[in-house]
Amino acid sequence: MNSYSRSTWGVKALAAFIGLFLLVFLIVPVVKVTYVAFQDPNTGALTLINFVDFFNNSLFQESSLNSIYVAGMAVLLATIISIPLAYFTTRFNFGGAVLIQTLGIVPLIMPPFVGAVAMLLLFGENGSVNLLMDEWFGFTIPFMKGLNGVILVESIHYFPFILINLSAALLNIDSAMEESAQNLGASGTRLFRRIVFPLAMPGYVAGASLVFLKVFDDLGTPLLLNINNMLAPQAYLRISSIGISDPMGYVISVILVAFSLFSLWVSFLALKNKDYSTVQKGGGGLMRRDLRTWEKIGCYAVVILILLIVLSPHLGLALLSFGTIWSFSVLPDAFTFAHYENMFRAAGQYISNTLLYAGLAAIIDVILGTAIAYIVWRTGIRGRKWLDFVAMGAVAVPGVVLGIGYLRTFVEYNVPIVDKPLASWWVIIVIALAIRRLPYALRACVAALQQVNVMLEEAAETLGATKSRTVRRVVVPLMTGGILAGFVTSFATASVELSATIMLVSAESDAPLAYGIYEFMQSSAGRGPGAALGIVAVLIVSLATYISYRVIQRTEKQRSAGGIIVAGKTPVTAGATAGAATQ
Amino acid sequence: MKKSGIFRALPGAILALTVFSAPFQALAAEKLVIVTSYPPDTTVTVGKAFTKATGIKVEMLKKKTTAGIKYLQASAANNTSDMFWASAPDAFEVLKGDGLLQKYKVKVTGIPEKVGSFPINDPEGYYKGFAASGYGFMWNTRYLKAKKLPVPKTWADLAKAVYHGHVGMSAPSRSGTTHLTVETLLQGMGWEKGWDLMKGIAGNFKTVTARSFGVPDGVNSGQFGVGIVIDFFGLSSQASGFPVDFLYPKVTTLVPANIAIVKNAPNPKAAAAFIEYLLSAEGQEVLLDPKIRRLPVNPKTYAKAPKGFPNPFKDKSIGSAVKFDLKLSKGRYNIINSLFDVMITYRLDDLRAAAKAIQNAEAKAKGTAAMKMIAEAKALVAKVPIGASKASHKDFNKIFKKKRKKKSVKVTGRQAEFEQAWDTEIKANYAKAKALADKAASM
Repeated sequence: MNSYSRSTWGVKALAAFIGLFLLVFLIVPVVKVTYVAFQDPNTGALTLINFVDFFNNSLFQESSLNSIYVAGMAVLLATIISIPLAYFTTRFNFGGAVLIQTLGIVPLIMPPFVGAVAMLLLFGENGSVNLLMDEWFGFTIPFMKGLNGVILVESIHYFPFILINLSAALLNIDSAMEESAQNLGASGTRLFRRIVFPLAMPGYVAGASLVFLKVFDDLGTPLLLNINNMLAPQAYLRISSIGISDPMGYVISVILVAFSLFSLWVSFLALKNKDYSTVQKGGGGLMRRDLRTWEKIGCYAVVILILLIVLSPHLGLALLSFGTIWSFSVLPDAFTFAHYENMFRAAGQYISNTLLYAGLAAIIDVILGTAIAYIVWRTGIRGRKWLDFVAMGAVAVPGVVLGIGYLRTFVEYNVPIVDKPLASWWVIIVIALAIRRLPYALRACVAALQQVNVMLEEAAETLGATKSRTVRRVVVPLMTGGILAGFVTSFATASVELSATIMLVSAESDAPLAYGIYEFMQSSAGRGPGAALGIVAVLIVSLATYISYRVIQRTEKQRSAGGIIVAGKTPVTAGATAGAATQ
Repeated sequence: MKKSGIFRALPGAILALTVFSAPFQALAAEKLVIVTSYPPDTTVTVGKAFTKATGIKVEMLKKKTTAGIKYLQASAANNTSDMFWASAPDAFEVLKGDGLLQKYKVKVTGIPEKVGSFPINDPEGYYKGFAASGYGFMWNTRYLKAKKLPVPKTWADLAKAVYHGHVGMSAPSRSGTTHLTVETLLQGMGWEKGWDLMKGIAGNFKTVTARSFGVPDGVNSGQFGVGIVIDFFGLSSQASGFPVDFLYPKVTTLVPANIAIVKNAPNPKAAAAFIEYLLSAEGQEVLLDPKIRRLPVNPKTYAKAPKGFPNPFKDKSIGSAVKFDLKLSKGRYNIINSLFDVMITYRLDDLRAAAKAIQNAEAKAKGTAAMKMIAEAKALVAKVPIGASKASHKDFNKIFKKKRKKKSVKVTGRQAEFEQAWDTEIKANYAKAKALADKAASM
């Protein structure tokens, strides 16, 4: 069965190039930073004393527990939000499914710190909702109190990771599986539990582990909500307030990285030895059925409620951008367009920078992602798993740490033509974004590749296609949906990234949108224009997302219309999986 | 040999992308680069006025004061910044100590030597004051009305039980201006009394914000009622239309906000022009812009100020009560940051619980035994792990100063080790104080 693992020099050279890229821009900076964690601050000798200090400190113990709690709860809440949205839109003939899927991605494209500002105004202790509740019922709900606020904001922000991956997985499930299960007598929740959900598992686990890691590493939200006793804020506060050479910040970074790598490994183990690939692709996707009227009403009610919650940061931001003064009141005192006028005078550069940076980063990401996915899952190159592991490791590196690592590593390296240190050249921001967002694109590409059965490639090769032709004509086209999903996720999240860019922006003319919003938000008169800029950011990226969604749709249609004809189903696998449903 | 076309093209594609997209960005030629902690409201307004007057283009690099220091230190070997522009004079002292600033002699005349009791310019000539800043509190009028709270007048007012859960402040380790506020309190009232009051107020905190702007933001949006802030945050929020007001309490100091030229600045002439402009009559007037609202250092400019605008050159009660000692502040800078974080920022829940219990006991308790217990609980809360002399001790400070200049500098003890010991002590004290107060209340 090793016919497909014949490696060629081309693939090897490519693997080496990717390896070198990751080495220079991910491993070296992180190693430079983590080295300090093992250094005695006084003598410079190698030591474990910093870790002893860490584990003996009750504040750090508390921070660790809080981080785990918040990340776990955020995954739970994100799952509760995603499952109905993904299931309804892929399973039923549902008006506005496109809209729901698009709106479902919108939260990702707003920097979480901006979302937190809006959420405080709506759900805070003296926010709109609680002011009304207090007036009507005489009590308030602590939505945003302490860790609650972080959990709420994070799950609303990051649930699209689960939604995107879960929807993609559901769309890829062979309807034959479902038919077989139904023929064997399974229906309703049993069908969902035993057939649909297990088959969608790779997508769900990929999404859930991303959410867990992102929440675990996220800095902006807890900082803005003034929650200090979590690991990521502690790392940032130590490094930014005590100093770039305070060992504790680095120890926390190492622990963050180690913990994230560990949870990646766990999700990797969970997925191991399970073959989720689907042979049939042409007629893929769950069977869609029509809803009865009362079912429809129920579904709409659930979806509208979820969308209201999910879009509340946007609603709050819109109110803020049009409101004059919003202080201790349910709604702003009056409405105006002045903030938009103020904002447009200064924002052009931020917008073009963002499109440039995030676009380049996302292109780099999907190219690297597709290549790595192929090398890891379809070739026999030695150490290929490491490529995947290292690339995914980027998700475990907090943006601030990456930023500091870049500053430390590249400040002495002068770029020849522009004659500037690499650390203060704008390209470094693109590279940082690409590295930071590579895991998203990579997971999407891997998930897409995993769902392409290797038999299809074997069939193509049996029919005489060369390796490169197989990749070009069979593998990549079948992966299009996943690749585009990867591009959209990388682009959308890169355009709102703040934690690494805030360290690397060395001139205002290089600053991207998120940085601009952050700057605006640092003054009383800037809150409105900042919100207006946030709305513009959301509009731009949702437009881009919508266009790529349409592209995905079109390619899917073309393919089912007459693209690839594949060999018949394998009754054995289909029957066996469906049989599990009735056991 | 079979090669996949797409893979062969890949490295080239990436290279091409990076190279060809370079011309998108115009090279920043002959631009004055200023590292500043100020918001765009200040930087854009002043920058535009300056460009209009001189034709020199300005590039503002926004960093938090502490991050700005770190940025200049990190990039010193390959410096691309011309100026550093921020509030806290101690930040300039740090940079001066590291040899990162350039001396400059101002040509503009008419600026007095002192504002309040503080010299406006660095006596050694490395940095210049361009505006004065004082520290006080701002409050949200709607919030105070809705919660039926009185307007606070003094620092001690903020420690009163009515304000429990209504006060916000930033941490000195996060914000240079907040550091000055804490230092002012400690210098104005003495080490023990200062910390006692600081913790009394902190017991009423709703939150410790991670950014200094988090405080006016919280007051403006009504998340909490009263915020401890630098004057221009309050004055500019008010000027932007928020229902807020600002007051200088008696124990405050006026400290100049400064500007300096960075050593090896790429454009020293433009940098000099910026200083001259900022101190000129025209530049000083820009500070009165509603979005900025800083106290000019040129007394004549106040003639053009709006009604009710504080004038420290006339109203001698502002900022004269405390004579700020910059050397003392610099000598214990990191220790104050660390102590505040260990005792207040990271133990806020414990401190609040103890404060609530004490306030509760004070309202209820009768009898001398109970009063004695309350006093004991208060003393436990107020306790600081180290005394004033230790805090200023040179060798002890070295442990908290992370940047070793030479490998040969020997330091014994680690910051984490001390903080951990302090934390254990503080946590136990707060818990004990709470238990005592609860007991006193039930007597």
